[in-house]
Amino acid sequence: MGRRVLLIEDEPNIIEAISFILSRDGWTVHTHEDGSTAIDKVRAAPPDMVILDVMLPGRSGFDILRDLRESAETADLPVMMLTARGQSKDRDLAERLGANHFMTKPFSNQDVRDQVRLMMGEG
Amino acid sequence: MSFNLLIFVSLCYVAFLFLVAFWAERRAYANGARWLRGPFVYTLSLSIYCTAWTFYGAVGYAARSGIEFVTIYLGPTLVMVGWWWILRRLVRIGRAQRITSIADLISSRFGKSTSLGVIVTILSVVAATPYIALQLQSVTQSFAVFATSGGQVWERPDFLRAAAWIAVGLAIFTVIFGTRSLDANERHSGIVIAIAVEAVVKLVALLAVGAFVVWGLAGGPGEVLAQIESSPISSFETPGGRWAALIFLSAAAFLCLPRMFQVLVVENSDERNLQTASWAFPLYLIAVSLFVLPIAVVGLERMPVGSNPDLFVLTLPLAEDQGELAVLAFLGGFSSATSMVIVSTIAVATMVSNHIVAPIWLNTGTQGASMSGDVRRVIVRARRVSIAGILALGYLYFRFSGGGAALAAIGLISFSGAVQILPAMLGGIFWRGATRVGARLGLFAGFVVWLYTLFLPSFGAEAVMSQAMLDNGPFGIEWLRPQALFGLVGMDPLVHGLLWSMLLNTAFFFIGSAMSFPRPLERFQGAQFVNVFAMSTDAKAWSGSAAPAEDLLIMAQRILGGREAQTLFQRAAQEQGKTGYLPDVTPDFIVRLERELAGSVGAATAHAMIGQLTEGAAISVEDLIAVADEAAQILEYSSKLEAKSAEQDITARALRAANEKLTALSIQKDAFLSQISHELRTPMTSIRSFSEILRDMDMNADDHRHYAGIIHDESLRLTRLLDDLLDLSVLENGQVTLHEQSGQLSDLIDRAIGVSGVQGSPLKIVRDKGREKVALHTDLDRLVQVFVNVIVNAQKYCKADPPQLRIQAHRFNGHDVVDFIDNGEGIAASSQGMIFEKFARLEDDGKAGGAGLGLAICKQIMDRLGGDITYLPGKSGAAFRLTLPPAAAKPQTSELLATQ
Repeated sequence: MGRRVLLIEDEPNIIEAISFILSRDGWTVHTHEDGSTAIDKVRAAPPDMVILDVMLPGRSGFDILRDLRESAETADLPVMMLTARGQSKDRDLAERLGANHFMTKPFSNQDVRDQVRLMMGEG
Repeated sequence: MSFNLLIFVSLCYVAFLFLVAFWAERRAYANGARWLRGPFVYTLSLSIYCTAWTFYGAVGYAARSGIEFVTIYLGPTLVMVGWWWILRRLVRIGRAQRITSIADLISSRFGKSTSLGVIVTILSVVAATPYIALQLQSVTQSFAVFATSGGQVWERPDFLRAAAWIAVGLAIFTVIFGTRSLDANERHSGIVIAIAVEAVVKLVALLAVGAFVVWGLAGGPGEVLAQIESSPISSFETPGGRWAALIFLSAAAFLCLPRMFQVLVVENSDERNLQTASWAFPLYLIAVSLFVLPIAVVGLERMPVGSNPDLFVLTLPLAEDQGELAVLAFLGGFSSATSMVIVSTIAVATMVSNHIVAPIWLNTGTQGASMSGDVRRVIVRARRVSIAGILALGYLYFRFSGGGAALAAIGLISFSGAVQILPAMLGGIFWRGATRVGARLGLFAGFVVWLYTLFLPSFGAEAVMSQAMLDNGPFGIEWLRPQALFGLVGMDPLVHGLLWSMLLNTAFFFIGSAMSFPRPLERFQGAQFVNVFAMSTDAKAWSGSAAPAEDLLIMAQRILGGREAQTLFQRAAQEQGKTGYLPDVTPDFIVRLERELAGSVGAATAHAMIGQLTEGAAISVEDLIAVADEAAQILEYSSKLEAKSAEQDITARALRAANEKLTALSIQKDAFLSQISHELRTPMTSIRSFSEILRDMDMNADDHRHYAGIIHDESLRLTRLLDDLLDLSVLENGQVTLHEQSGQLSDLIDRAIGVSGVQGSPLKIVRDKGREKVALHTDLDRLVQVFVNVIVNAQKYCKADPPQLRIQAHRFNGHDVVDFIDNGEGIAASSQGMIFEKFARLEDDGKAGGAGLGLAICKQIMDRLGGDITYLPGKSGAAFRLTLPPAAAKPQTSELLATQ
């Protein structure tokens, strides 16, 4: 318990919703809103998993994922992608780049909770 | 007639001129009253040739030297009647090259040379100074005549004080009307009309005094002729050499004097005006000279011995107790002097600011001076300071030359200085072989000889040159005697100085030209000047460029002003088949831009400024081969080809733009679905998530209310988005019904500001309600919707601290427009073309809540209303220009339908 989830997302209300759900489930949630500095944030304080939105200011979530996978320290970091576009080509791209899971907005809170538990090895 | 009353009358007269000038500027601005620019006003404006020297001095001249005064009128008459083709060529070149002054003409012809501009400017300042002093002196003297006749005694300090006040008054008038229009290149409609009025006043005054003298004093024309026959005047003999020299001098001065160049060429608005002027101006001269001899003869006979014949026009009526007539004569002389001084100082001040101040400023500034500084303010301020400076010089000359010499003598010396420009000018417009080196040598030689033989001795012996030097030459070298150069003894000093200065000037000009080789740009300009009637198409003086159009626009706005620059760029873009304000930077366009700039700051400075932005793109020898010598022969063929290829160019460019847009649109269409999905899903996500939270979890009342609030806000956002989509689709399909009403722009902007909720936010709105009194008849609610959108955009995206939005209503190209300009970072040129498309939200703006439909809706609305919205590049922040729907469009169409 008390393990850290980093939520990279720029919509304030969605940040608030996910933070609320996961905190209630016992996770520590850190948030970051800017795409261009997201990698630095991950390196500075490595979390146990990342929830990553696709459309971010500054840099796309796909680019961030690619960088994470190319660096040895973060190659195995569990990443869940979130997107509001929900086209199949986005899903394919996320899988090819090595996302552990791909979730479309709007989501059910139960799915988020279950998926995070699963990825943290507690499912 | 009391002296104070006279001062009052002159002040009233000046106030009247002010009103006339002010009215004319208004009319010219509103594009009304074509006759203001017609041939008769043009002809009357040429009458600044007749200065106070002509008005008062001609009579004095006749009293001293007989019929010789006629030469001063014969010269210009010869030019107008016989040499009008030189004038036509000058006017054509002046318009084609946007020439601002005679210094600019010479500089532009010889490769846009800065140094030549400086030489001609200095020459003009030196030559104009005594002439301005002369005008001050004559006005001062005429005041003194009234003062003494009223019993006052004027000593020298009184003269100086009066002259100083007159100089100050003239400086103020000239600054106000000569530099009022911020656009330095605009013609001075106000001044020209004031001068035309003064031309009428001086003619009427002279004719009135003449008629009084002939019929009132002498007893009819027959008596006067008899008196002239018997007076000593008729026995004066003028040697043939002097006679010819004076005619040549006045003819050349008519072409070369800076003030004459100003009215003849710079202020000329239509070449056809010359046709009328070619007969009307000689008539004016004849009318002006008609009564000179009678006044001189009658004056000599009636006035006490020793009275100054230069003032007979004034003293005769006074002596006969004709107070009103004397005042009229005074106003005539006053008019002659003031009009000359005003135009002269404007012409010379333009030279000083364009050829001395601007180059210095350009060179001392950093590399990008043409981009960063406020050019217009520098130029206008330089012009104002120069005007004051030139009048101050005139006053000083008046003060230190003693003001005693006969008027005509100073005038002729001044003339001979100005005509030193003649060889370079005529050579430049008729002879392709003339070069910069030749022009420089000739001007310099002529100037030096003139200074030495005429100008410096004019201060009188012992003032600058000692009597010994005048008699024996410097250091006793006899053949260097100022008035007997190279041993030419026994000649009239004026003829002597004129002969040597023109001879050496011309010789140096030809030798220098023959011995030197012109640079490419010089050769190019030479061809343009000499073939001005054949060269109808512009050859390219620039070969392509990497300068971004927006930088050029920014520079152009700094010099020409926003309105002019935007019109120029918009028109150029239209001609290329593009929309918006940024044309492709083609060589043709650069040439055109440079020419427009030259109209404000002179050819040399404009060339240097363009050069700073388009580094390395200047004309090369290879580019010139085509235009250098054979241009005229191949011109007809090539101009046809050019027209054809220009047409193809336009089509190709339009096609390319359309293609680019189509490709972009099809990408956008794909993106549209994905975007719409994103925009709908985002608020939906919050709504679903928080509704589940509320359903499934326990929480306190505060949290409960907070989460319900989020759901509420997000559902509103969703509704707004759907409304926008619906609105846009209705607008795009043209199914929209417009509810037209009448209203006033300022009320609509008030409403928009109220609705947009910026009041109380940090965004500061700056407006000028006085300019917003525009009556509108259109769908006011839709228009307000557009205003709100633009204002809210500024509120969202302008990141400046403190943020500010300027709302400026004005007329632009015959339309009422409103500019909304914020002080943020603006929109990158690459994105400007797309912002009016759906969902064209720019890159990293994820934080702003809008769905990116706002500007697309605005565009659709403005199209439906018959107006337009465009992005205005070249401002510091984001700038939108709304062209308001024309107010009268609807009634006209219904009338048309009714008549059918």
